[in-house]
Amino acid sequence: MNHWIIAPIVLPALLAPFIIMVLRYHLELQRIFSVAGTVGLVGIALILTAQAAGGEIQVYELGNWPAPFGIVLVLDRLAALMVLLTSLLALAVVLYVLGSGWDKRGRHFHPLFQFQLMGVCGAFLTGDAFNLFVFFEVLLIASYGLMIHGGGPVRFKAGVQYVTYNLLGSTLFLFALGTLYAVTGTLNMADLAARVAELPAEDTALLRVGAVLLLLVFCIKAAVLPLHFWLPASYANAPLPVAALFAIMTKVGAYSIIRMYTLAFGPDVAITRGLAGDWLLPAALVTLAIGAVGILGSRHIARMVAFSAIASMGTLLIAVSLFTPQATAAALYYAVHSTLAAGLMFLIADLVMERQGGRIAGMTPMPQSGLIATLYFIGAIALAGMPPLSGFVGKLLVMDAARDAGDFAAIWAVILVSSLVTIIGLARAGSLIFWQSHDARHNTEPDPENVDKVEHQPSPEPMPGLAFCAVFGLVAGLVGLTLFAGPLMEYTASMAEQLYAPQHYIDAVLEGDKK
Amino acid sequence: MEALLASAVGVLTAAGVFLILRRRTFPVILGLSLLTYAVNAFLFATGRLALNSPPVLNKYAEVAYTDPLPQALVLTAIVISFGMTAVIVMIALGAYLSSRDDRIDMKAHDSVDAAPGEDA
Repeated sequence: MNHWIIAPIVLPALLAPFIIMVLRYHLELQRIFSVAGTVGLVGIALILTAQAAGGEIQVYELGNWPAPFGIVLVLDRLAALMVLLTSLLALAVVLYVLGSGWDKRGRHFHPLFQFQLMGVCGAFLTGDAFNLFVFFEVLLIASYGLMIHGGGPVRFKAGVQYVTYNLLGSTLFLFALGTLYAVTGTLNMADLAARVAELPAEDTALLRVGAVLLLLVFCIKAAVLPLHFWLPASYANAPLPVAALFAIMTKVGAYSIIRMYTLAFGPDVAITRGLAGDWLLPAALVTLAIGAVGILGSRHIARMVAFSAIASMGTLLIAVSLFTPQATAAALYYAVHSTLAAGLMFLIADLVMERQGGRIAGMTPMPQSGLIATLYFIGAIALAGMPPLSGFVGKLLVMDAARDAGDFAAIWAVILVSSLVTIIGLARAGSLIFWQSHDARHNTEPDPENVDKVEHQPSPEPMPGLAFCAVFGLVAGLVGLTLFAGPLMEYTASMAEQLYAPQHYIDAVLEGDKK
Repeated sequence: MEALLASAVGVLTAAGVFLILRRRTFPVILGLSLLTYAVNAFLFATGRLALNSPPVLNKYAEVAYTDPLPQALVLTAIVISFGMTAVIVMIALGAYLSSRDDRIDMKAHDSVDAAPGEDA
């Protein structure tokens, strides 16, 4: 067995308790270990990606128990890419947190951060539906702690809402798993797929109920309308670097939809055909529209970025809901882009909020406003899907994949109009925050001298170099994504090909011991 | 037996949903607990109900046995929901103590004007 597969789970799982028990009172050491752990995770993710790139599906049997009886971890191209994406985003976030001093504002940031990484990586790697639930809970319980990091009445209240909503989601998840187990007698994803394909067509009402319940759970995680209500308040009130890390959490929902509804309830399975796609597509269209309107209507920069995360989930799930290999390949490319772009925008929003508060209005000019305005401009271009950055490529691919779909007119119309609304919203916010602050007519303070002085104020971050380094790292990621769009698209196409040939996955898992 | 368990799950779920829609945190937490009890009973029943049978196979005789997997699942679910309830109680207490108010909703100005970074 290839023991690298379990490394992305074991490393943070060992590191987090070590930090909390041994390094409790040494912030500097905590920082060193946390960054080293995250760099190590990037290394492991690169090794896994190299191993999965060949197309072989590798199975790790925990405790050496054969597949349907024991829990398995499965490494395929999709899982490897998602782990790599998680580790890269995490590295940027942890560097930013160090640079901005967020980890000093409350206790135990780094252990919670590592536990969160453990949950996310586990959710991407597991091949067992109940184990998926367990990793969801691991990442959620860590996210509860991170969400209220730093404290404050508003953040606590938002935290209560967030926890309540997610506990409801977990309960629903258990109901769904119970229903599926009652019908099929298994929770191993590959075994589930094999048994669902064999079920007689007349006795499947319960199975369909289970499949729809599962879809609902993943839609809650992915913040699909009308199950998105938890997202704006919790992301906007969480510490914004944490919200940047949470950009990967909505992708966990999208990943689970792709995994379960290509493997177990795939487009070829007669019983559940059309169950996911037919419901998901309208919901995704409305999600995108509401996200764009939310961007335009927000009066607070954190809320605006939260709504842009919802809008990008809408675009992503439009591509997912088509359930064709081409559309899934486009969805995966867009998922990578939107994770990096949303993370980048949350970090920029934090830079703005640390300097002048988050209201989208003319305020006192802030230090380093030129640099931050440029970064905001880059982030907004990426997020809105304007050329030349990867958002444009991603949206183009999604629209190209939708060309063959039945209602492509509606899809194109919603994507294009919402892109326009997004551009207007982001441009409006940018002009108000960065330009109106310098406009004498809107500023109550005596201006020209003040503006000159402001540019020389020290920045509020203790280590601004590191914070900006993290932000520029994400920008570099987006640029790389644009430059290497061709090879990456080929890779996501091979990933989609692997997803739509689920028999290989099933064989690899169920016959793992015979090899 | 089946009818009893099914109606128990139904009543617990209904009560839980009702309580979750309340406006103060304490009833909401109670509602969440009731829902987790409901789902635990439901999970237990997914392996079919069997009375007085052990969840292990007997090598020496043909004895009736019950499916052990749901029991393991329920155990995991109980542990997780126990931990989660503790977490939400602590967060709700924090929210109550810091704002002297245990309403679950946020006032309009909380979420729009109050800058999350400045309220600490």
